[in-house]
Amino acid sequence: MKILVPVKRVIDYNVKIRVRPDGSGVETANVKMSMNPFDEIAVEQAVRLKEAGQASEVIAVSLGVQAAQETIRTALAMGADRGILVVTDQELQPLAVAKALAIIAGRENPDLILLGKQAIDDDCNQTGQMLAALLGWAQGTFASKLVIADGFATVVREIDSGLETVRLKLPAVVTVDLRMNEPRYATLPNIMKAKKKPITSLTSDELGVDLVPRIKTLKVTEPPKRKAGIKVASVEALLDKLQNEARVI
Amino acid sequence: MAILVIAEHDNTTIMSATLTTLGAAACIGGEVHLLVAGKLGGEIAAAAAGIVGVTKLLVADHKEYAHDIAENLAPLVVHLAKSYTHVLAPATSTGKALLPRVAAQLDVAQISEIIGVVAPDTFTRPIYAGNAIATVQSFDKIILITVRGTAFEPVARTGGSALIESVVGTGDCGLSSFIGQELSKSERPELTSARIVVAGGRGIGSSDNFKLLEALADKLGAAIGASRAAVDAGFIANDAQVGQTGKIVAPELYIAVGISGAIQHLAGMKDSKVIVAINKDEDAPIFQVADYGLVADLFKAVPELTLALNKPR
Ligand SMILES: Cc1cc2nc3c(=O)[nH]c(=O)nc-3n(C[C@H](O)[C@H](O)[C@H](O)COP(=O)(O)OP(=O)(O)OC[C@H]3O[C@@H](n4cnc5c(N)ncnc54)[C@H](O)[C@@H]3O)c2cc1C
Ligand SMILES: Nc1ncnc2c1ncn2[C@@H]1O[C@H](COP(=O)(O)O)[C@@H](O)[C@H]1O
Repeated sequence: MKILVPVKRVIDYNVKIRVRPDGSGVETANVKMSMNPFDEIAVEQAVRLKEAGQASEVIAVSLGVQAAQETIRTALAMGADRGILVVTDQELQPLAVAKALAIIAGRENPDLILLGKQAIDDDCNQTGQMLAALLGWAQGTFASKLVIADGFATVVREIDSGLETVRLKLPAVVTVDLRMNEPRYATLPNIMKAKKKPITSLTSDELGVDLVPRIKTLKVTEPPKRKAGIKVASVEALLDKLQNEARVI
Repeated sequence: MAILVIAEHDNTTIMSATLTTLGAAACIGGEVHLLVAGKLGGEIAAAAAGIVGVTKLLVADHKEYAHDIAENLAPLVVHLAKSYTHVLAPATSTGKALLPRVAAQLDVAQISEIIGVVAPDTFTRPIYAGNAIATVQSFDKIILITVRGTAFEPVARTGGSALIESVVGTGDCGLSSFIGQELSKSERPELTSARIVVAGGRGIGSSDNFKLLEALADKLGAAIGASRAAVDAGFIANDAQVGQTGKIVAPELYIAVGISGAIQHLAGMKDSKVIVAINKDEDAPIFQVADYGLVADLFKAVPELTLALNKPR
């Protein structure tokens, strides 16, 4: 079984985002970048399937600027076998990413594509579902558990009302949620080994995919700030405020 | 301009997320049709036809839609979408699984979790866990949108009278089958539409200790929420998670207990009207968004608060 894992380079989840004063976006200069946390979980799951003897090869794919290569290296250090980088300076939106991934899937013929459920920069939560649609495959979204057996993937999904189990025909797309696993840290020896693993670079022209965004971002602004509150000294004082000042209880 | 709204329901009742999504449709303007697809029971169609602002109710009552399988629902919505300028779904686990699949099949983009309508083709949506707000414009011939329920006023459940039309099924596509579900049963109000939410974090320490919060919640008629850390630790079920990647809530009162206030958590609750934080660490970031902060040991403060609420006022 071959597994494809799309990994996105995003601003690290610990960074405090700053909106550019001119409204053109958020500040990305001199900001720590990392692999999207959900994609780490996807890589971890793929590597575990390989370690369990269920997968033969794990391929990490990223679309983005040249530096997205570092994100692929992280996946390789976690245990992926090789990488594919689609280099572009284009602003990327889920439909375009899904189209590029569909073409790569057509070339690589994976049995399973594991994505993050959501990129923590655009917060779109779309790419996996779009990719599954373009390939005509089943989709297991927001997965917290994944079992592969007999040509099927059994997926436990985190849904608004609890948990749901579905059985998907393979090949399939699965998007992972937070509780699927705890991703490993790459060890120094594995980081060294990853440097020797192959990464193929492609351009969107070579892929024959149109990456031009469909949606135009007119401006990016700061969210409204909450007024600073007060500290109360006791439960009694709190109750008094809630009843007589805020009047919410 | 005509808008198709995809209803969120459990086959017997229309969920409140449908009403807020219809609220967003009203902001866009134009005729609004509502699609209820499922294996329907009871009087759901009749009830849905009474929702204010809906002129036509499309009922797709077929077994292939019984479990909200996106692979089965997508062909239905793709087929219907071609007669509309907009298709809206609530940003629920069902809507988020379905709408991108529909979008790709139509070769259009999808706009996730809008919080405002600027013009019929221009919307605002949070990015970076709500630390920035993007204003985006669509140029697609059909605009597909998921709607953040907390950002729009719900339309009234009754008072309208939509024409009812049944829609033929598109069959089971054979890709995905429903095996089972583990639903969290609770008598408490539903988290995303509750007037008061009492939420617990890692500081609660165990699932047993969550009973302290439950007692308080019951006193207040509140729903129970949680941080990711509390869910990860197994104190409470996944559907209680509030945050960037969990549920978005904006109740009149949010009481955060033993929650530090990470940005990913704030993303899910900072639009609450009044925020109370109970935390023993006076430097916890949650205090920066709290209207009323109480620096205290929760094991003392929570029972005290519950007790105080028992006293006649
Ligand atoms: C990709 C990604 C997505 C995420 N999505 C979410 C999300 O949707 N929702 C979410 O919540 N988090 C999310 N997180 C996790 C988030 O970053 C934090 O780790 C999490 O919110 C912390 O939960 P907590 O506040 O309960 O725990 P902690 O940060 O450990 O805080 C516990 C708090 O309890 C207090 N405390 C302890 N004991 C007591 C006591 N006896 N009395 C009073 N106070 C006490 C402590 O002072 C502390 O402030 C996400 C993280 C990532 C990377
Ligand atoms: N530029 C990209 N390169 C590789 N994978 C991506 C990219 N953008 C999105 N993805 C994948 O799609 C998932 C969901 O992203 P999104 O739909 O943008 O929230 C991510 O977790 C990644 O697995």
